[in-house]
Amino acid sequence: MDRDAANDKSMSSKAHAPVANEDLGKSGGTAKLKIFRGDAEGGREVDYEIPLVEGMVILDAVLGIQAEQAPDLAVRWNCKAAHCGSCSAEINGKPALLCKSRVDEYDGEIHVGPMRAFPVIKDLVSDVSWNYEVSKGIKPFQSDEQAPFTMYEEDVERLYEPKKCIECFMCQDVCHVLRTHHKHAEFAGPRFFVRNQWLEMHPMDNQERLHDLKEDNGLGYCNITKCCTEVCPVGIKITDNSIIPLKERVADEYYDPAKWLMRKIRGR
Amino acid sequence: MSAISSAWKRLPWWVEPMTVVLVLSAFGLYSFVAIALFPGEFRQFVSPFYSPEVPLPNWMPGFVTAPMLVLWIPLGFRATCYYYRKAYYRAFFFDPPACKTGVQQKMDRFWAGKNAAEGYRGERALFVWNNIHRYFLYASIIVVLFLWYEAFRTLLGPQGFQVSVGSLLWFLNIVLLSAYTFSCHSFRHLIGGNKDCYSCLRGGNARRKTYNFVSRLNLQHPQWAWLSLFSLLATDLYLRLLQTGVITDFVIIPFGG
Repeated sequence: MDRDAANDKSMSSKAHAPVANEDLGKSGGTAKLKIFRGDAEGGREVDYEIPLVEGMVILDAVLGIQAEQAPDLAVRWNCKAAHCGSCSAEINGKPALLCKSRVDEYDGEIHVGPMRAFPVIKDLVSDVSWNYEVSKGIKPFQSDEQAPFTMYEEDVERLYEPKKCIECFMCQDVCHVLRTHHKHAEFAGPRFFVRNQWLEMHPMDNQERLHDLKEDNGLGYCNITKCCTEVCPVGIKITDNSIIPLKERVADEYYDPAKWLMRKIRGR
Repeated sequence: MSAISSAWKRLPWWVEPMTVVLVLSAFGLYSFVAIALFPGEFRQFVSPFYSPEVPLPNWMPGFVTAPMLVLWIPLGFRATCYYYRKAYYRAFFFDPPACKTGVQQKMDRFWAGKNAAEGYRGERALFVWNNIHRYFLYASIIVVLFLWYEAFRTLLGPQGFQVSVGSLLWFLNIVLLSAYTFSCHSFRHLIGGNKDCYSCLRGGNARRKTYNFVSRLNLQHPQWAWLSLFSLLATDLYLRLLQTGVITDFVIIPFGG
């Protein structure tokens, strides 16, 4: 029993360690990484080279560099299984999860940097706390009925996709409304349109969010250019299944003269 | 197909927006010249640019031709389409041209002045008009019905009922146009996307199934958009070749006379 417990402990500590070369076998080559080193004041890319191991992901390489060459290199990570969304960064200028991006998918030098839509804290770590502030501003789920609810599969099947979100905030990072146009004060970003879609389409929810979406969350700033969908690590079709359906609902309420007339006639 | 897709992704970022600019500009120029200068009929064939045929009022200025009275409908439908919006915002406005940091970096575009980045309005100013997309959809459905009628009319040749290469082309075109029209995001919203609870509606299950079918069709909306654009072009070109006598319409199955 004691030996089992000791084995379990050994296994769990190893699960969060960088992949050791002897575990996977060396493939012979090396990986060349240019990693951003700096903070909010500025910084520069620093060259690193590390033995290439078959199956190695960028996070393995970064943790290897941290272990052997740059112990002060800052990187945020947790599950190393593409579930927690902690290790979001930019690889060759495009947001990606470090733990889901294989080194051998990239040709030549690999540029690794922090998410640029948010303030950089240090090296590969950005301050994503702005997202949590936006989240607080969204009306939470509220129902006329007392849980547990009786709901039918046909009414909730659309809600599975938005619930897959792991809050890596890569969609926020790649969105040009935030990254290029700095509309953080007026625009909630794709992640929170996904959340709003889940709430809006929930059959038991009774809240009215279309005004907030139009005025406070800046849905109209989105010009549906789909960068968010391209980078989503869990494959949520953010633009097609969240943003556009919300835009259509906002159009129902604010931009459709026939619906406006019908509401007037019915006295709504 | 996946090999082509991965090869396309490896091309430099500017290839996609430049291709969109070239193709859409060429299509716009071709269709304008065609409807402004040339007739659109040959025997039982009517070019899709000229259908439905409407009479031109006498008071219209000379430069206006009959197809112009109808073509604003499909043109408006495409201009406000969610997919084409993505395509032209990226290709013509470079906002953003691609998703990489270096490409997306703050740009002081010459037409927007020095504060372009902060002055961005998205679809809250001029482009707020894109919200009338649904009305272009309703009108386009009527145009699509006329194009189905024209496709069936191609089966009636000079010697009676027949199936020719031209007829197949007209049917291919209207199938692709229908797929594009009925995979539209606004149609998807209209058919069931605007409802939160199907089990609460009369006929809710049928509506949900229709919504799911349209959703599956909607996954390929960009492909339908491009394929239907090319089929329009091919159909009109075929008619021009018939008109000029460069080719004759090959009858595959002659049922008549």
